[in-house]
Amino acid sequence: MKNQDLYNYVLGIADNSLILGQRLGELCGHGPNLETDIALTNIALDLFGQTRSLYQYAAKLEGDGKTEDDVAMLRLERDYKNVLLVEQPNQHFGHVIARQYLFDVFHYQLMTALLNSKDETLAAIAAKSIKEVSYHKRFSGDWLKRLGDGTQESHEKMQEAIDHFWPYTDELFDMTASDEKMAADGVGVNVSAMKDAYYKEVSELLEEATLEVPENPYFKKGGKEGIHSEHMGYILTELQYMQRTYPNMTW
Amino acid sequence: MKKEWPLWEVFVRSKNGLEHRHFGSLHAADAEMALENARDVYTRRNEGVSIWVVESKYITASNPEDNGELFEPARDKVYRHPTFYDLPDEVKHM
Repeated sequence: MKNQDLYNYVLGIADNSLILGQRLGELCGHGPNLETDIALTNIALDLFGQTRSLYQYAAKLEGDGKTEDDVAMLRLERDYKNVLLVEQPNQHFGHVIARQYLFDVFHYQLMTALLNSKDETLAAIAAKSIKEVSYHKRFSGDWLKRLGDGTQESHEKMQEAIDHFWPYTDELFDMTASDEKMAADGVGVNVSAMKDAYYKEVSELLEEATLEVPENPYFKKGGKEGIHSEHMGYILTELQYMQRTYPNMTW
Repeated sequence: MKKEWPLWEVFVRSKNGLEHRHFGSLHAADAEMALENARDVYTRRNEGVSIWVVESKYITASNPEDNGELFEPARDKVYRHPTFYDLPDEVKHM
Protein backbone atom coordinates (compact mmCIF):
# COMPACT_ATOMS: atom_id res chain seq x y z
CA MET A 1 0.00 0.00 0.00
CA LYS A 2 1.29 3.40 -0.96
CA ASN A 3 0.02 5.37 1.98
CA GLN A 4 -0.43 3.30 5.12
CA ASP A 5 -0.77 6.39 7.32
CA LEU A 6 -3.61 7.82 5.27
CA TYR A 7 -5.30 4.41 5.25
CA ASN A 8 -5.04 4.21 9.04
CA TYR A 9 -6.27 7.75 9.39
CA VAL A 10 -9.35 7.16 7.24
CA LEU A 11 -10.20 4.02 9.19
CA GLY A 12 -9.83 5.87 12.49
CA ILE A 13 -12.68 8.16 11.47
CA ALA A 14 -14.71 5.49 9.69
CA ASP A 15 -14.67 2.91 12.49
CA ASN A 16 -16.10 5.36 15.04
CA SER A 17 -19.12 5.93 12.83
CA LEU A 18 -19.55 2.25 11.96
CA ILE A 19 -19.52 1.03 15.54
CA LEU A 20 -21.66 3.84 16.92
CA GLY A 21 -24.11 3.29 14.05
CA GLN A 22 -24.22 -0.42 14.89
CA ARG A 23 -24.97 0.39 18.53
CA LEU A 24 -27.79 2.74 17.53
CA GLY A 25 -29.07 0.17 15.07
CA GLU A 26 -29.61 -2.22 17.96
CA LEU A 27 -32.33 0.18 19.13
CA CYS A 28 -34.35 -0.09 15.92
CA GLY A 29 -37.78 -1.18 17.09
CA HIS A 30 -36.73 -0.75 20.73
CA GLY A 31 -36.68 3.04 21.13
CA PRO A 32 -38.60 4.56 24.04
CA ASN A 33 -41.34 5.64 21.62
CA LEU A 34 -42.02 5.64 17.90
CA GLU A 35 -40.66 9.13 17.20
CA THR A 36 -37.42 8.67 19.12
CA ASP A 37 -36.94 5.22 17.65
CA ILE A 38 -37.05 6.68 14.14
CA ALA A 39 -34.77 9.56 15.12
CA LEU A 40 -32.09 7.24 16.50
CA THR A 41 -32.28 4.99 13.46
CA ASN A 42 -31.96 8.06 11.22
CA ILE A 43 -28.77 8.99 13.03
CA ALA A 44 -27.46 5.44 12.59
CA LEU A 45 -28.17 5.63 8.86
CA ASP A 46 -26.43 9.01 8.59
CA LEU A 47 -23.37 7.50 10.24
CA PHE A 48 -23.41 4.47 7.93
CA GLY A 49 -23.69 6.76 4.90
CA GLN A 50 -20.67 8.75 6.02
CA THR A 51 -18.63 5.73 6.92
CA ARG A 52 -19.43 4.04 3.64
CA SER A 53 -17.75 6.87 1.72
CA LEU A 54 -14.74 6.50 3.99
CA TYR A 55 -14.53 2.72 3.52
CA GLN A 56 -14.78 3.13 -0.24
CA TYR A 57 -11.86 5.51 -0.03
CA ALA A 58 -9.92 3.13 2.23
CA ALA A 59 -10.56 0.22 -0.15
CA LYS A 60 -9.23 2.31 -3.01
CA LEU A 61 -6.10 3.13 -1.01
CA GLU A 62 -5.62 -0.52 -0.13
CA GLY A 63 -5.99 -1.50 -3.79
CA ASP A 64 -5.62 -5.18 -4.64
CA GLY A 65 -9.29 -5.46 -5.60
CA LYS A 66 -10.51 -4.76 -2.07
CA THR A 67 -14.04 -3.45 -1.62
CA GLU A 68 -15.77 -1.38 1.03
CA ASP A 69 -17.28 -4.58 2.46
CA ASP A 70 -13.86 -6.17 2.91
CA VAL A 71 -12.67 -3.18 4.87
CA ALA A 72 -15.82 -2.72 6.94
CA MET A 73 -16.73 -6.34 7.63
CA LEU A 74 -13.72 -8.61 7.43
CA ARG A 75 -11.04 -7.18 9.68
CA LEU A 76 -10.07 -8.69 13.02
CA GLU A 77 -10.91 -6.93 16.28
CA ARG A 78 -7.38 -5.61 16.76
CA ASP A 79 -7.56 -3.89 13.37
CA TYR A 80 -10.56 -1.74 14.28
CA LYS A 81 -9.50 1.72 15.36
CA ASN A 82 -12.64 3.15 16.97
CA VAL A 83 -12.53 4.77 20.39
CA LEU A 84 -13.86 2.84 23.40
CA LEU A 85 -16.69 5.34 23.87
CA VAL A 86 -18.67 4.28 20.82
CA GLU A 87 -18.57 0.54 21.55
CA GLN A 88 -20.10 0.85 25.03
CA PRO A 89 -23.54 -0.79 25.42
CA ASN A 90 -26.81 1.16 25.16
CA GLN A 91 -28.32 0.36 28.57
CA HIS A 92 -31.04 2.96 29.30
CA PHE A 93 -32.04 5.92 27.11
CA GLY A 94 -29.97 8.33 29.20
CA HIS A 95 -26.87 6.30 28.36
CA VAL A 96 -27.69 6.41 24.65
CA ILE A 97 -28.03 10.19 24.82
CA ALA A 98 -24.92 10.75 26.94
CA ARG A 99 -22.73 8.60 24.69
CA GLN A 100 -24.17 10.28 21.62
CA TYR A 101 -23.70 13.83 22.85
CA LEU A 102 -20.15 13.23 24.08
CA PHE A 103 -19.33 11.85 20.65
CA ASP A 104 -21.32 14.40 18.61
CA VAL A 105 -19.50 17.43 20.01
CA PHE A 106 -16.19 15.82 19.07
CA HIS A 107 -17.49 14.64 15.71
CA TYR A 108 -18.71 18.12 14.81
CA GLN A 109 -15.37 19.67 15.73
CA LEU A 110 -13.52 17.04 13.72
CA MET A 111 -15.66 17.45 10.61
CA THR A 112 -15.40 21.25 10.81
CA ALA A 113 -11.61 21.03 10.94
CA LEU A 114 -11.52 18.39 8.22
CA LEU A 115 -13.18 20.80 5.78
CA ASN A 116 -9.72 22.34 5.41
CA SER A 117 -7.97 19.06 4.73
CA LYS A 118 -5.52 19.05 1.84
CA ASP A 119 -7.01 15.67 0.90
CA GLU A 120 -9.90 16.47 -1.42
CA THR A 121 -11.80 13.26 -0.70
CA LEU A 122 -11.71 13.81 3.07
CA ALA A 123 -12.70 17.46 2.70
CA ALA A 124 -15.64 16.47 0.46
CA ILE A 125 -16.82 13.79 2.91
CA ALA A 126 -16.60 16.33 5.74
CA ALA A 127 -18.62 18.85 3.75
CA LYS A 128 -21.34 16.29 3.15
CA SER A 129 -21.33 15.04 6.74
CA ILE A 130 -21.33 18.29 8.63
CA LYS A 131 -25.02 19.11 8.34
CA GLU A 132 -25.95 15.65 9.52
CA VAL A 133 -23.55 15.81 12.44
CA SER A 134 -24.82 19.26 13.33
CA TYR A 135 -28.33 17.81 13.64
CA HIS A 136 -27.09 14.85 15.69
CA LYS A 137 -25.56 17.26 18.18
CA ARG A 138 -28.74 19.29 18.34
CA PHE A 139 -30.82 16.15 18.95
CA SER A 140 -28.59 14.67 21.65
CA GLY A 141 -27.94 18.07 23.26
CA ASP A 142 -31.66 18.84 23.47
CA TRP A 143 -32.38 15.50 25.10
CA LEU A 144 -29.52 15.93 27.51
CA LYS A 145 -31.02 19.24 28.64
CA ARG A 146 -34.51 17.81 28.88
CA LEU A 147 -33.51 14.84 30.96
CA GLY A 148 -30.92 16.68 33.06
CA ASP A 149 -33.32 19.49 33.83
CA GLY A 150 -36.37 17.22 33.94
CA THR A 151 -37.71 15.24 36.86
CA GLN A 152 -35.70 14.15 39.89
CA GLU A 153 -35.46 10.65 38.42
CA SER A 154 -34.41 11.73 34.93
CA HIS A 155 -31.84 14.09 36.45
CA GLU A 156 -30.27 11.32 38.50
CA LYS A 157 -30.20 8.89 35.60
CA MET A 158 -28.69 11.49 33.28
CA GLN A 159 -25.99 12.38 35.78
CA GLU A 160 -25.18 8.72 36.26
CA ALA A 161 -24.93 8.26 32.48
CA ILE A 162 -22.62 11.27 32.07
CA ASP A 163 -20.44 10.04 34.94
CA HIS A 164 -20.35 6.61 33.33
CA PHE A 165 -19.11 7.78 29.92
CA TRP A 166 -16.90 10.64 31.05
CA PRO A 167 -13.78 8.45 31.48
CA TYR A 168 -13.99 7.58 27.77
CA THR A 169 -13.84 11.17 26.50
CA ASP A 170 -10.11 11.81 26.82
CA GLU A 171 -9.27 9.14 24.27
CA LEU A 172 -11.02 11.17 21.57
CA PHE A 173 -8.06 13.57 21.65
CA ASP A 174 -5.24 11.04 21.57
CA MET A 175 -3.08 11.02 18.48
CA THR A 176 -1.77 7.80 16.99
CA ALA A 177 1.47 7.84 15.01
CA SER A 178 -0.54 7.96 11.78
CA ASP A 179 -2.67 10.81 13.16
CA GLU A 180 0.50 12.81 13.90
CA LYS A 181 1.86 12.16 10.45
CA MET A 182 -1.38 13.13 8.70
CA ALA A 183 -1.83 16.27 10.80
CA ALA A 184 1.72 17.33 9.96
CA ASP A 185 0.93 16.88 6.26
CA GLY A 186 -2.18 19.05 6.50
CA VAL A 187 -4.35 16.08 5.61
CA GLY A 188 -5.51 15.15 9.10
CA VAL A 189 -6.63 17.16 12.08
CA ASN A 190 -4.62 17.81 15.22
CA VAL A 191 -7.37 16.63 17.56
CA SER A 192 -5.26 17.09 20.68
CA ALA A 193 -5.60 20.84 20.12
CA MET A 194 -9.41 20.61 20.19
CA LYS A 195 -9.58 19.31 23.74
CA ASP A 196 -10.11 22.61 25.59
CA ALA A 197 -12.83 23.74 23.21
CA TYR A 198 -14.52 20.36 23.59
CA TYR A 199 -14.61 20.35 27.37
CA LYS A 200 -15.70 23.97 27.40
CA GLU A 201 -18.67 23.30 25.12
CA VAL A 202 -19.69 20.11 26.91
CA SER A 203 -19.36 21.72 30.35
CA GLU A 204 -21.54 24.66 29.34
CA LEU A 205 -24.29 22.38 28.15
CA LEU A 206 -24.06 20.19 31.25
CA GLU A 207 -24.41 23.31 33.37
CA GLU A 208 -27.47 24.35 31.37
CA ALA A 209 -28.84 20.85 31.94
CA THR A 210 -28.25 21.36 35.71
CA LEU A 211 -25.77 18.48 35.67
CA GLU A 212 -22.38 18.36 37.29
CA VAL A 213 -19.24 18.16 35.23
CA PRO A 214 -17.50 14.99 36.45
CA GLU A 215 -14.04 15.26 37.86
CA ASN A 216 -12.33 12.11 36.83
CA PRO A 217 -8.64 11.53 37.18
CA TYR A 218 -8.75 8.17 35.39
CA PHE A 219 -9.43 7.87 31.72
CA LYS A 220 -9.95 4.68 29.76
CA LYS A 221 -8.31 4.34 26.38
CA GLY A 222 -6.91 1.85 23.90
CA GLY A 223 -9.48 1.60 21.14
CA LYS A 224 -7.53 3.78 18.74
CA GLU A 225 -4.65 1.30 19.00
CA GLY A 226 -6.96 -1.68 18.59
CA ILE A 227 -7.15 -2.60 22.27
CA HIS A 228 -10.89 -2.79 22.78
CA SER A 229 -13.24 -3.42 25.68
CA GLU A 230 -14.93 -6.78 26.21
CA HIS A 231 -17.99 -5.52 24.33
CA MET A 232 -16.26 -5.19 20.98
CA GLY A 233 -16.14 -8.90 20.17
CA TYR A 234 -19.89 -9.21 20.52
CA ILE A 235 -20.51 -6.24 18.24
CA LEU A 236 -18.24 -7.66 15.57
CA THR A 237 -19.78 -11.11 15.82
CA GLU A 238 -23.15 -9.66 14.94
CA LEU A 239 -21.79 -7.15 12.44
CA GLN A 240 -19.63 -9.63 10.54
CA TYR A 241 -21.88 -12.65 10.67
CA MET A 242 -23.35 -12.28 7.19
CA GLN A 243 -20.12 -11.63 5.31
CA ARG A 244 -18.32 -14.43 7.12
CA THR A 245 -21.08 -17.00 6.75
CA TYR A 246 -21.92 -16.13 3.15
CA PRO A 247 -18.71 -14.63 1.73
CA ASN A 248 -19.22 -11.94 -0.91
CA MET A 249 -22.97 -11.98 -0.45
CA THR A 250 -24.87 -8.94 -1.65
CA TRP A 251 -28.47 -7.92 -1.12
CA MET B 1 -44.34 5.95 29.68
CA LYS B 2 -46.75 6.60 32.46
CA LYS B 3 -47.99 9.81 30.94
CA GLU B 4 -48.57 10.15 27.22
CA TRP B 5 -47.15 13.13 25.41
CA PRO B 6 -49.75 15.32 23.70
CA LEU B 7 -50.61 14.83 20.06
CA TRP B 8 -49.38 17.27 17.40
CA GLU B 9 -50.47 17.79 13.81
CA VAL B 10 -47.70 18.17 11.24
CA PHE B 11 -47.89 20.33 8.12
CA VAL B 12 -45.12 20.19 5.54
CA ARG B 13 -44.42 22.44 2.58
CA SER B 14 -42.96 20.10 0.00
CA LYS B 15 -41.38 22.84 -2.08
CA ASN B 16 -41.23 26.60 -2.27
CA GLY B 17 -44.34 28.11 -3.78
CA LEU B 18 -46.63 25.32 -2.64
CA GLU B 19 -48.77 25.48 0.48
CA HIS B 20 -48.17 23.51 3.66
CA ARG B 21 -50.14 20.29 3.61
CA HIS B 22 -51.23 18.06 6.45
CA PHE B 23 -48.82 15.11 6.62
CA GLY B 24 -49.95 13.36 9.77
CA SER B 25 -49.59 13.51 13.50
CA LEU B 26 -47.12 12.51 16.20
CA HIS B 27 -46.47 12.68 19.92
CA ALA B 28 -44.08 15.17 21.53
CA ALA B 29 -43.59 16.87 24.89
CA ASP B 30 -43.45 20.39 23.46
CA ALA B 31 -43.29 22.36 20.21
CA GLU B 32 -39.53 22.14 19.82
CA MET B 33 -39.57 18.36 20.19
CA ALA B 34 -42.57 18.14 17.87
CA LEU B 35 -40.58 19.96 15.19
CA GLU B 36 -37.58 17.65 15.56
CA ASN B 37 -39.78 14.57 15.61
CA ALA B 38 -41.61 15.80 12.52
CA ARG B 39 -38.27 16.27 10.78
CA ASP B 40 -37.33 12.67 11.55
CA VAL B 41 -40.68 11.03 10.96
CA TYR B 42 -41.98 12.92 7.93
CA THR B 43 -39.13 14.58 6.02
CA ARG B 44 -36.34 12.02 6.05
CA ARG B 45 -36.93 11.14 2.40
CA ASN B 46 -36.47 14.69 1.24
CA GLU B 47 -40.16 15.58 1.39
CA GLY B 48 -39.99 19.10 2.70
CA VAL B 49 -38.60 22.60 2.86
CA SER B 50 -40.67 23.86 5.78
CA ILE B 51 -42.55 22.33 8.71
CA TRP B 52 -45.40 23.64 10.85
CA VAL B 53 -46.56 21.85 13.96
CA VAL B 54 -49.62 22.64 16.02
CA GLU B 55 -50.94 20.83 19.05
CA SER B 56 -53.98 18.86 17.97
CA LYS B 57 -56.17 20.25 20.75
CA TYR B 58 -56.00 23.71 19.17
CA ILE B 59 -57.66 22.51 16.00
CA THR B 60 -61.41 23.04 15.91
CA ALA B 61 -63.03 20.49 13.66
CA SER B 62 -66.47 20.52 12.12
CA ASN B 63 -68.88 17.94 13.42
CA PRO B 64 -69.79 15.24 10.85
CA GLU B 65 -73.37 15.44 12.15
CA ASP B 66 -73.52 18.99 10.84
CA ASN B 67 -72.49 17.97 7.32
CA GLY B 68 -76.04 18.42 6.07
CA GLU B 69 -76.39 22.06 6.92
CA LEU B 70 -72.70 22.86 6.29
CA PHE B 71 -72.09 21.29 2.91
CA GLU B 72 -75.26 20.13 1.20
CA PRO B 73 -76.55 23.59 0.29
CA ALA B 74 -73.47 24.03 -1.92
CA ARG B 75 -74.13 20.93 -3.98
CA ASP B 76 -76.66 22.31 -6.40
CA LYS B 77 -74.99 25.66 -6.95
CA VAL B 78 -72.70 24.84 -9.85
CA TYR B 79 -72.80 28.47 -10.92
CA ARG B 80 -70.41 29.20 -8.08
CA HIS B 81 -67.71 27.56 -10.18
CA PRO B 82 -66.49 29.76 -13.02
CA THR B 83 -67.36 27.09 -15.55
CA PHE B 84 -69.67 29.15 -17.74
CA TYR B 85 -67.08 31.37 -19.31
CA ASP B 86 -65.41 30.80 -22.67
CA LEU B 87 -61.71 31.01 -22.07
CA PRO B 88 -59.36 32.08 -24.85
CA ASP B 89 -56.86 29.34 -25.72
CA GLU B 90 -53.97 31.59 -24.69
CA VAL B 91 -55.05 31.49 -21.05
CA LYS B 92 -53.56 28.47 -19.41
CA HIS B 93 -53.77 27.00 -15.93
CA MET B 94 -57.31 28.10 -15.15
